[in-house]
Amino acid sequence: MLTILFDGIAYGMLLFVLACGLSVTLGLMNFINLAHGAFAMAGGYIALYLVNHMGMPFALGLVAAFFSAAAIGALLERTLYVHVYNKSPLDQVLFTIGLVFMAVAAVNYTVGSTQQFITIPASLQGQIQVAGIGMSKYRLMIIAICGVITLLLQLALMRSRLGSQLRAAVDDQRVARGLGINVGAVFAGTFAIGSGLAGLGGALGAEILGLDPTFPLKYMIYFLIVVTIGGTSSITAPFMASILLGIADVAGKYYMPKLGAFVIYTVMIVVLILRPQGLFAPSRPR
Amino acid sequence: MLKATRSHSTEIAGLLTARARWTVPEIAFWLVAFATIFVLPDRHLILTEIVIWALFALSLDLILGFAGIISLGHAAFFGFGAYAAGLLAKHGLIVEPVLALIVAGLASAVLGFFTSFLVLRGTDLTRLMVTLGVALLLRELANRFSDLTGGADGMQGIEIGPVLGRFDFDLYGHTAYVYSLIVLFVLFVIARRIVRSPFGLSLLAIKDNSLRAAAVGIPVNRRLVAIYTIAAGYAGVAGALLTQTTAFASLEGLAFERSADVLLVLIIGGAGYLYGGLIGAVIFRFAHDWMADITPQYWQFWIGLILVLIVLVGRERITGWTRPIRRLADRLGNWRPARPRALGASSREGGER
Repeated sequence: MLTILFDGIAYGMLLFVLACGLSVTLGLMNFINLAHGAFAMAGGYIALYLVNHMGMPFALGLVAAFFSAAAIGALLERTLYVHVYNKSPLDQVLFTIGLVFMAVAAVNYTVGSTQQFITIPASLQGQIQVAGIGMSKYRLMIIAICGVITLLLQLALMRSRLGSQLRAAVDDQRVARGLGINVGAVFAGTFAIGSGLAGLGGALGAEILGLDPTFPLKYMIYFLIVVTIGGTSSITAPFMASILLGIADVAGKYYMPKLGAFVIYTVMIVVLILRPQGLFAPSRPR
Repeated sequence: MLKATRSHSTEIAGLLTARARWTVPEIAFWLVAFATIFVLPDRHLILTEIVIWALFALSLDLILGFAGIISLGHAAFFGFGAYAAGLLAKHGLIVEPVLALIVAGLASAVLGFFTSFLVLRGTDLTRLMVTLGVALLLRELANRFSDLTGGADGMQGIEIGPVLGRFDFDLYGHTAYVYSLIVLFVLFVIARRIVRSPFGLSLLAIKDNSLRAAAVGIPVNRRLVAIYTIAAGYAGVAGALLTQTTAFASLEGLAFERSADVLLVLIIGGAGYLYGGLIGAVIFRFAHDWMADITPQYWQFWIGLILVLIVLVGRERITGWTRPIRRLADRLGNWRPARPRALGASSREGGER
């Protein structure tokens, strides 16, 4: 029981790291980036290549996944995304689905369609017993890393200059612009960090979520649910939503193996019926 | 005062009738479509496929082009209709295809009706999530209940009876094509009637600005539920047609790729004037063949590239090529001698709000 809770929290935190970049792009630019999962996949495959084939230590592989995904994100943001911000939601959806399809086919072409796993170091394998609960070391590490990242994000958002500029821009883009905040630059920076975090999440999650070319499509619904339930006004709300979803999904798959996959859809529908504006969102219309 | 209102309403009624009039290019379009029955008898298999895509895209056009609802999971209704038709035929519940088609379409419409309440809630983002989620949910269900649907192997052993009890489906797809084309035409005429009616105009108003539409007295939610239900029914008929003409139904009908492809089909042809899906289906099918010839496995890459390019270049510019045709259509439509406006005949229609 507690093990399931533990696994669910690890899973949820992973989802949060994967999805938080998306909630920022959405809140800031009102931009629907369905290709977010593609950055996660990129990070995952880069880490996999470096660790499995180049013999890089696992931790370094994670760092590399973050920075390479961030670099790809920054590059695409400046060259492609920037042209799409002011277009209609339909255009944004078409554009990002197009990117997803290209990413899926490109990975399929270069790496092949089979599922792949990162070799994790021996020190992270196995379980440890804490107060009678069996905890996988790897999941413990995920919780630790994601916890630190969440704290850092929260601190950065509340204390740093970029953070306050970002919050100002999310609240009211026009006024922020009028105050001399370079919203475009803030956004490029945030987009890169968000993509980097997705890449890190992809690398971390390769063990749990699996890594194959359809990754961006498979997890698109999870990201959308996290963002919709959590809303885009803060970091804590998507965080709570991720944890909730993670626990629900893991528990569902454990207790009802046959119907476990339906739990997330049920959560989605129930939340929509009860709180269409998001689970933690203030009641004011956005 | 009363006189002024009267003349207004007749004017509106006149405008509506003018909008609803069939133009010469439209008639030509359908003449060409029906001519293919005799001109291209050896292409009927591929033409049937095009007709099914066209009908599916037409159903998406009803909600996207006329009500502004973006759906990432329109395949849900397509697949549902496909399985419904498959089950009806396989278990011999309804052997006659036309009746089975109607029942499958109605079943999809019922599904559309119930999911529409979820779609109504929230913003574009929520709609994306809900439509995608519903399609994934159905796909998962179809996969789980494999004793009913055949699961990943698809539904086998479907036998379709002769259309109207007389016309058997043949190996070359002649019956299938004529049957599908007639279904498409009938449903197109109905869709045309719907979008040119005051109801269709109110949808356009909702699409432009739902708050304003509500302010002038349009029951926004009820209209959206209605059109979403209709569109779901259309998609279900398209799926059922696929099952009946191929005697096979599979999970692919519910896949996300199908939802994305139908978006692409509609976008190529241009949304919001009904012919977009039809024209898009023709282009899509041939582009598909051509791309699959170059890279059989990775044609999805080219689909993605086309989507990205369409957005970067601008949809208006891409579908702009249809504008001269449409303008010509308008001119030809107006060029015909104007029918004398009946005073009382359609004023009731114009007066509806």
